[in-house]
Amino acid sequence: MLTAVVSLAAISSGLGLALGYAARKLHVEGDARVEEVMAMLPAANCGQCGFPGCAGAAEAIVAGTASPTCCPPGGKVVAQTIADHLGIKLDDGGEAPRPTVAVIQEAICIGCTKCFRTCPSDAILGSTKQLHTILDEACTGCNQCEEKCPTGAISMIEVPETLGTWVMPKPVMVS
Amino acid sequence: MSQVHASPHALTSRTTSQIMGMVLLALTPATLAGFWQFGWGAFLFWCVCVFSCVFFEALCLRWAGKRALPVLWDGSAVLTGWLMAMSMPPWAPWWIGVLASACAIVLAKQVFGGLGCNLFNPAMVGRTLVLVSFPVQMTQWVSPQALAQGTDFAQAFSQIFLASGVPDAFTSASLLGHVKTELGRGVDMFDALRDFLPWASSINGARAGSLGETSALLILGGGLFLVAKRIIGLRIPIGFMLGLGVPALIANAVAPESFLPASTHILSGGAMLGAFFIATDYVTSPSAPAGQWAFALGCGLITWLIRTWGGYPEGVGFAVLIMNALTPLLDMWRPRIFGRSFTGKSLPARRVGSV
Amino acid sequence: MSSIVIPPLRKLLQRWGVHPDSHKFPACGLSIEQAGFPDLLTVPLSQHVGAAARPVVAVGDYVLRGQLIAEAGGNISAPVHAPTSGTVVAIAEAAMPHPSGLPDMAIHIKPDGRDEWVTLQTEHYPINLAGEEIARRVAAAGIVGMGGATFPSAVKLALGAKSKITTLILNGSECEPYLSCDDRLMQEHADGIIEGARLILKATGATRVLVGIEDNKPEAITAMKIAAKPFPEVGVAKVPSRYPMGADRQLIQTLTGIEAPADGRAADVGVVVHNVGTAYAVHRALRYGEPLTERVITVAGGAVREPRNLWARIGTPLSYLFERCGGLVSSPARVIVGGPMMGIGVPSFEAPVVKGASGALALTAAEVGEREPSACIRCSSCVSACPVGLMPLEMASLINANELGKADEIGLGDCLTCGACGFVCPSRIPLVQYFYHAKGELSAMNRDKKRLDNIKVLTDARSERIEREKREKAEMHARRKAERDRAAAEAAQKRNSETAS
Repeated sequence: MLTAVVSLAAISSGLGLALGYAARKLHVEGDARVEEVMAMLPAANCGQCGFPGCAGAAEAIVAGTASPTCCPPGGKVVAQTIADHLGIKLDDGGEAPRPTVAVIQEAICIGCTKCFRTCPSDAILGSTKQLHTILDEACTGCNQCEEKCPTGAISMIEVPETLGTWVMPKPVMVS
Repeated sequence: MSQVHASPHALTSRTTSQIMGMVLLALTPATLAGFWQFGWGAFLFWCVCVFSCVFFEALCLRWAGKRALPVLWDGSAVLTGWLMAMSMPPWAPWWIGVLASACAIVLAKQVFGGLGCNLFNPAMVGRTLVLVSFPVQMTQWVSPQALAQGTDFAQAFSQIFLASGVPDAFTSASLLGHVKTELGRGVDMFDALRDFLPWASSINGARAGSLGETSALLILGGGLFLVAKRIIGLRIPIGFMLGLGVPALIANAVAPESFLPASTHILSGGAMLGAFFIATDYVTSPSAPAGQWAFALGCGLITWLIRTWGGYPEGVGFAVLIMNALTPLLDMWRPRIFGRSFTGKSLPARRVGSV
Repeated sequence: MSSIVIPPLRKLLQRWGVHPDSHKFPACGLSIEQAGFPDLLTVPLSQHVGAAARPVVAVGDYVLRGQLIAEAGGNISAPVHAPTSGTVVAIAEAAMPHPSGLPDMAIHIKPDGRDEWVTLQTEHYPINLAGEEIARRVAAAGIVGMGGATFPSAVKLALGAKSKITTLILNGSECEPYLSCDDRLMQEHADGIIEGARLILKATGATRVLVGIEDNKPEAITAMKIAAKPFPEVGVAKVPSRYPMGADRQLIQTLTGIEAPADGRAADVGVVVHNVGTAYAVHRALRYGEPLTERVITVAGGAVREPRNLWARIGTPLSYLFERCGGLVSSPARVIVGGPMMGIGVPSFEAPVVKGASGALALTAAEVGEREPSACIRCSSCVSACPVGLMPLEMASLINANELGKADEIGLGDCLTCGACGFVCPSRIPLVQYFYHAKGELSAMNRDKKRLDNIKVLTDARSERIEREKREKAEMHARRKAERDRAAAEAAQKRNSETAS
């Protein structure tokens, strides 16, 4: 009886000490995965996810408080890459919002250059006192230029679906 | 017309229920022959198995909140019950049938998610669990010769539903059981086989055993019908026969006094039923040709090993269950893709010569 | 060598495919008729694989039949010609033969009824033309793969220059149920097809033609054999009727026994495959100078009163074709452009005939045989049906679980979407829809990835630039401060020395 109690106590305290030691010894300062997720995000720091910049979002995703789908400019690609990397399973509930791009109403634009100084991805072309135009290919739809525009010449529009971008919907299985 | 319609816009007329119906049809001759051999008792026990399987299936579906009728209509529960009835002693007590059905449907099938999701063959799980738990009731085989002296419906009913076991007067050993016992006693194979005429009895089914064990010929006929209707392929039945027959042939040639001949192996016990109806179960067998061959050869070989050296006289059920466990692994053995080697590399371009 | 026999062993060893009911009658027994033209033709700008064509006419222009109305939009593209004489009334979006029902750009032409041709350049002996000239004229005629693949034919003719082509395979298998347009064309215009084939032969530099026709079309085989008799380089082969016999690689294997590499092209094994309809269009383009303005289309299906084959102008709406064939007897469950196995289920009767449209089908619910999908019973019918050796059930379940990458690893990219698996499935699982979905999703993700990578380069460049500007500014400040300090120090020194002196 006594032998059993003693030996079990010895084993458990030994293992406990080992675990405690390992936790101290192998403690990682900061989560390395945050850096990795950060590298996968578009790094436009647009704030559409509701976090202060991509770093904030990366931390939240790794901590599990935000879904990898929280990045609208990244879309499905980024969400899938992050989910695969972290081993999370994405739920396919709900239609993802359609990507948006900014358009400038040329009649109202005064050429103040505020927008292109703000644009995180250099998607706006133009210089002082000249009409600005937006490169659709480089626009992340981050909305920052729309906020900065003094005349309200910039608005966000949904990228229209075309025959080239349409994807056959996934079958709905009833069971 | 607003809904998206993906191709193909022509679909086969064959449905799941049709396939199941065809399998049931293929089982009918052997079953009727069994009823004729074993009398009312066999029929009552068959009813018990089929009805309790359907009952448990309906119960599970209701629990899961699904509509039961369309799923029951696919016929898979009936088939499970039917196959189970064909692989158990025809005069077993009713509660054996109910228990086996519960194990088969609830434990082996619905717990895994219902039709198409189960890892193990439900009929074999049900049968094997009661065989292991109630070895006495599960090894009391009635002899058709004894029954031929006359049993009526009332007698059969009281046997199945009221009595605890089959009276000794009716019982007889199955061929494989008899051989196992005799060999265990030190009797050699020739003497052990003296009382049996495997060829004749396997054709008319006049021997002790389960419904699916007695008339190998009718089972074979049903199986070939399924092959002709392209419900099952030939790979699994042939592989099973080879896996069982080849080692038996070699062993018998080396030491005929201690090993059964290959023909006896194939024609007795559940080999025929196993090869054509049990191992070919879609859900629990591999989908690609290579895996199917490996699966079938494995089933046959394990059956032979169990029959020869195992504790049980018959091993088809165990063999199928063991290979079922390997099915997910065998399914990774995919067919070669057109224009690629087995490793997935694109084939080298062999040029078409001019004439 | 007008008749070629496929070795029986090769037939035995090929075990893929399915045998759907053929439904070729009654359309295949009736000769092709002119469809006439509707009140308005909508001619899409994108009827081919590759870049859309660019319009070269303006609204209000009067055009003649065969006049160029849109030029090729790139290296892989095809021009579009006016299907009849009339007025361009609009260049705008119109209904398309596409499952999404989304519109796309088309040139709307109001026919004037005179159907007047532009001046055509006829050629009595087109076979005497140089190979490059043949390819140039085929490109100018806007000919694309008429079997449904719609790959610009001239690009395929130019392949001969890159890799040595020895054999031209003419695809007359027409393995899709219902369709009989190639069958009728071979019966009625075998000579033209053979001439077209010989022209293609010359352009590609190949030395022989193999015509593969399924054995369920004996009249077409006879007609083609008679037409091929004078030409020793043309052989006609009877191939077994089995779907999808008309798939390029499957037909090459059946006829030559050679398996084209999965990551390569048919040209890598010295073969080029063209449809019989394409060959006939090449013949007309070279002999009569006619650009592609019409094609044979099978109008059939249980909901059509009088199924038959029609010469339909490009841009004719399906509704007109159904009316032309006696109208619809019942409301169809599905309207299809192409055949039932691979055709496009369109949501609108207004979708126009395009260059690759081989059929206009109105199928009843009973013909389609659609039912609620049920659970997969792993019967593996799809595995034995797949002509490529894939495991459709496994791929579909991976896609269902959103594991698109894994599905791609086990062969999604090799899938032809031929529909054989979907056809045989007793549980009615929409397998092909899963594959379309996954293929579309994967290519969309690739596109997005490229775009995001670009954006990332831009954002990185920008933050670096901002960083650099900040650094430069700081350095400048530091320099100025240092100068000021030095100046101040010097001044102080001066003052000191002054006071000292």
